[in-house]
Amino acid sequence: MISGQLDAVIPMLCVTLAGLVVLLAEAFRGRDERMPIGGLAIIGLLGAGAATMLLWDSGAEDSFGVVSADKFGLFVNLILVVVGLLTVIFSSQTIERDKLPAGEYYAVMLFAIVGMMLMGQATDLLVIFLALETMSIAVYILTGMRRDQQQSTEAAFKYFLLGAFASSFFLYGIAFLYGVTGTTNIDAMSTKIAAQAMSANPMILLGVGLLIVGFAFKIAAVPFHMWSPDAYEGAPTVVTGFMSTGVKAAAVAAFVRVFLKGLDPLILDWAPVLWWIAAATMIVGTVVGVAQTSVKRMLAYSSIAHGGYILAGLIAGNEAGKAAILFYLAAYALTNMGAFGVIALLGTRERANDDLRDYAGLWHSHPGLATLMTFFLLSLGGFPPTAGFVAKWYVFSAVIGATETGSIDTAAATGGYTLAIIGLLSSVVSVFFYLRIVVMMYMTDRDARPVPPPVPAIAMAGLIISLIGVLYLGVLPTRLIDFAQASISTIF
Amino acid sequence: MPLGHYLVLSGLLFAIGTAGVFLRRNLITLLLSVEIMLNAVNLAFVAFGRAHGHVDGQIITFFVMTVAAAEAAVGLALVIGLFRHRESLNPEAFTSLKW
Repeated sequence: MISGQLDAVIPMLCVTLAGLVVLLAEAFRGRDERMPIGGLAIIGLLGAGAATMLLWDSGAEDSFGVVSADKFGLFVNLILVVVGLLTVIFSSQTIERDKLPAGEYYAVMLFAIVGMMLMGQATDLLVIFLALETMSIAVYILTGMRRDQQQSTEAAFKYFLLGAFASSFFLYGIAFLYGVTGTTNIDAMSTKIAAQAMSANPMILLGVGLLIVGFAFKIAAVPFHMWSPDAYEGAPTVVTGFMSTGVKAAAVAAFVRVFLKGLDPLILDWAPVLWWIAAATMIVGTVVGVAQTSVKRMLAYSSIAHGGYILAGLIAGNEAGKAAILFYLAAYALTNMGAFGVIALLGTRERANDDLRDYAGLWHSHPGLATLMTFFLLSLGGFPPTAGFVAKWYVFSAVIGATETGSIDTAAATGGYTLAIIGLLSSVVSVFFYLRIVVMMYMTDRDARPVPPPVPAIAMAGLIISLIGVLYLGVLPTRLIDFAQASISTIF
Repeated sequence: MPLGHYLVLSGLLFAIGTAGVFLRRNLITLLLSVEIMLNAVNLAFVAFGRAHGHVDGQIITFFVMTVAAAEAAVGLALVIGLFRHRESLNPEAFTSLKW
């Protein structure tokens, strides 16, 4: 039956269809005719969300066995739908202000989301690669959307060049794994590796190493993070929010699936490498972040550090760690979309207004935005009662739990404890630069800078929704945690 | 020919491409270097596919070529965009963002 074979891809089909309709609408739009193109994107995303909920208990798989609608992928889908909806809501102001081509912007954004969803649901390395490229190519275009600005084009090219470079490493890794195991399917690969005890085979270790490079690049882990501050700074601010949450969520989802499922038999070989990457990512992201004066760059480094916390969950590798990753992605998506939403609203056509000093006295000109931003920054810093606190607490307790049960004494005798301590220290340091913005907003007088533009109601509604999400996950996290635990129980 | 020969060639091509990305000082050549890397991978896929005796490796190559074409289209478009701003193809001319 046709529908049975296609069930697993319905969420992606909804978004693709919306993207195509958006392109057509733009093509048939008369000059100066106004069209609710963002509305079309929202309908497509809501459709994908509904399809995801309907598929929840189905466990459907497509007829080739390369895309699976398991709960893990669907959970990531839901995060991506939320990210997409918030991006569309915040984008309308940017598009109008910067005179971006609305049809192309929304279409490319929707195609990027298709790639992200496919990354979360794919169970075959080749399909993960295709999804990664679908997502990345679309995001390169979004980054360079402001063609009149040299910064934007330059950021897009840097991102593109290093992205394509990392993709070929990723693909080379797939080639070696295929060469050794004779398959690109993650399940089959895992069985084969476990059956033949391949950890001594240099070719498979090379393949795993190359895959780590590819994934580390996409989640901006040190030492493959160099592109991210530039790309984040040069891209239109809304796109930065989209990149830092959506791309990260999708890449982490594929990372978790490939490493904790396909390459799980080799965990003793890759866990120590990832331990160093995670530790370096947390430290560098925080320490360099402190030195930044551009808020966008600062949040880029904060995003690097958050990637490190997520990696810590991956290293824990136990039930709690996997569920913690999903929870972290959801909490981080809401918080960071909110923070970048606020920054986007403060920008003007000429400049992004993202210097730290531009936030001086924001409390006096925009008390609402200043309050919202404060909550988002507190959540990024990990203060209770926000989502960021619960997410961090949950990740680190998973790491400590895994150390106590002895499942990660691989890096060093007390590898897990050290990692948790590094994580806690770096999040304490990171509080400094989040609070610096807060201090600027409340306690510094506004100098003679122009007052930022008024805030459209719909964007404000989007921000308030993110805030409610952040506080809800901070005060009553149990429901989402149970949900996350149910999601991982089916595939691992 | 044994599998090893193909893998060595593929490794060499990949190394040449990698070196090109780091060493060359022309935006177009940078793109070409990335293409060389992807083609090195293609060679590895074909060789492995043949060693295993199934066609998967060769089929994967078609997917990779499609992706490479899409990537090249976006890359060249970005190069044109950059050229319009500065009339230069030298990466050193583009420093509005700190590296």
